[in-house]
Amino acid sequence: MALTPESGAGPSVDLDDVARRGRLLVVESVAHSGAGHIGGPLSAMDLLVALYFRVMRIRPDEPDWPERDRFILSKGHSAIGQYAVMAMRGYFPIEELATFDSGDSRLQGHPDMTRLPGLEASTGSLGQGLAVGLGIALGARMRGLGVQTFVLLGDGETQEGMVWESVMVGARYGLGNLTAIVDCNGLQQYGWPPVPGEERRGDRRDPLAGTHLRGAFEAFGWRVLEIDGHDMEAIVAACADARSAASGRRPTAILATTTKGRGLSFTEGRFEWHAKVATADDVEAARLELGPGPGGAAGS
Amino acid sequence: MSIALRDVWADTLGEIALENHDLLVLDADLATSTRSDRFAVAHPDRFLQMGIAEQNMIGVAAGLATLGYIPWVSSFAVFLTHRAVDPIRMLVAQTHANVKIGAAYSGLLTGFTGKTHQDVEDLAIMRAMPGMTVLAPADATECAAAVRWATDTPGPVYLRLARDAGPDLFDVTYRFVPGRVIRLREGSDVLIVSTGLQSVRSLEAAVLLEADGVSAGVLHVPSLKPVDTLAIADAARDVRLVVSVEEHTIIGGLGGLVAEILAEHEPRRMVRIGIQDTWGESAPNAFLLDRHGLSPRRVAERVATELSELSGR
Repeated sequence: MALTPESGAGPSVDLDDVARRGRLLVVESVAHSGAGHIGGPLSAMDLLVALYFRVMRIRPDEPDWPERDRFILSKGHSAIGQYAVMAMRGYFPIEELATFDSGDSRLQGHPDMTRLPGLEASTGSLGQGLAVGLGIALGARMRGLGVQTFVLLGDGETQEGMVWESVMVGARYGLGNLTAIVDCNGLQQYGWPPVPGEERRGDRRDPLAGTHLRGAFEAFGWRVLEIDGHDMEAIVAACADARSAASGRRPTAILATTTKGRGLSFTEGRFEWHAKVATADDVEAARLELGPGPGGAAGS
Repeated sequence: MSIALRDVWADTLGEIALENHDLLVLDADLATSTRSDRFAVAHPDRFLQMGIAEQNMIGVAAGLATLGYIPWVSSFAVFLTHRAVDPIRMLVAQTHANVKIGAAYSGLLTGFTGKTHQDVEDLAIMRAMPGMTVLAPADATECAAAVRWATDTPGPVYLRLARDAGPDLFDVTYRFVPGRVIRLREGSDVLIVSTGLQSVRSLEAAVLLEADGVSAGVLHVPSLKPVDTLAIADAARDVRLVVSVEEHTIIGGLGGLVAEILAEHEPRRMVRIGIQDTWGESAPNAFLLDRHGLSPRRVAERVATELSELSGR
């Protein structure tokens, strides 16, 4: 059963159920297009579903609504996760997910705001989304708009220096209406090779993952909330907390601990699923684990 | 009376901002050099200090533009087109954001600062970027007109500014037209194509050549993109030699542009005068212009040499 815009949000929606459907849409869409990322979209899926289905004030049928909350996927390589959630929320038909990564598609491998209404930025070059969110938050305050701006980053992405330029400036401008959410899945594409004498690590786990993020954000003057990024209640509560601080003078960072590839037994915590394409067998296995999709999904 | 382009830029924005309340200026802590401090005094509520963090500044401008603001970002050219090139590419050019880039201190003449602060690759970089308008005015009048046009025209614009004042070329009747090339002087032996403040020096070179019996025409290209391709090809039609002159590397900027146009439309002997794939240094302006063949006398000498070689063939 497809989720309609009318039924798509509100307190009655089972967010975990929506996220389960979203994960299957991701696997199916990537398998259908033959390209894309799996691990990141699955680690971020619960965050995306909570934002689009519970937290944000949005109108999917009026994506340019001036009063809307803003969302930027700074970790743009997780685009298919955002698309799956936007489709379920009613921004565009779920069937369109089948066009992901194909020529002329609005659903580009990395988000393109010139193609798909509802996107607030073109991302994919890591480290840039928070700056755009900062500009929106600053401009919204100058315009007197009570919107909240959410930017979703990867933990690996915080290795980009530009992120910290934005963290510094966001605090200087006292933008309580700016919220950074960091999807701390602890894995990145290749990772940090072992140093001589060190035993080879078996995966791409960042040996320093998340260790200093709280301290770094706090040192720049941000509020920091740490949550389980797969606990819907915790995500919604943290985002509400961030919004309640909008009139304050400190932006909020939500550090969400997640598992890359979350939701499927064969992708969870496996770095090789960062950008691996699912086979037909993988899709079958995913359908068994996650149940039937919402119908009309890519490849189904 | 000559005024430096950086001063013209800041004062023109200050005037526009009296009527246009969406205009903002973002600074990366160089306001006293770029002259955006003048704007800050006139319009403190629309001057946004972004600190020494150029990449973030570009992203902030892109975000502000989504709310209907018209942000002018300001810094030295080199810190925009090099350090912040990826944010400009992805957040401004690709999205066709209504962000204007005021690139002060372009070229070689940057006030004894040397290779770190001289930007002689900016035109090549910005010209290659899809959707980017690239302007290089020659004098105060043209600069003011370009600033007004850029502010009024939706979409990204790169405006090449200069630190030091040069002579006036245009009078109050000047109207900026994007893409238009401007014939500064007629000439039948050679066509000198130039841009930015170098166009004034090229004109002076043409006067020196006349004294030696060489008829040199001068074509000024204030808009490298868009550009009237056929007008450049037409101007080249009746001369034996075309010479591009720019305070910029000979690779990919005005010289590259003219070479592309001639190769496709009007093949003929061409010489590119500019920085010869090397680095600048801190030195007096006169030294730098002479070293890189950009002073009027050096341009004239090079043109005369090329013409005599052409005759000897």
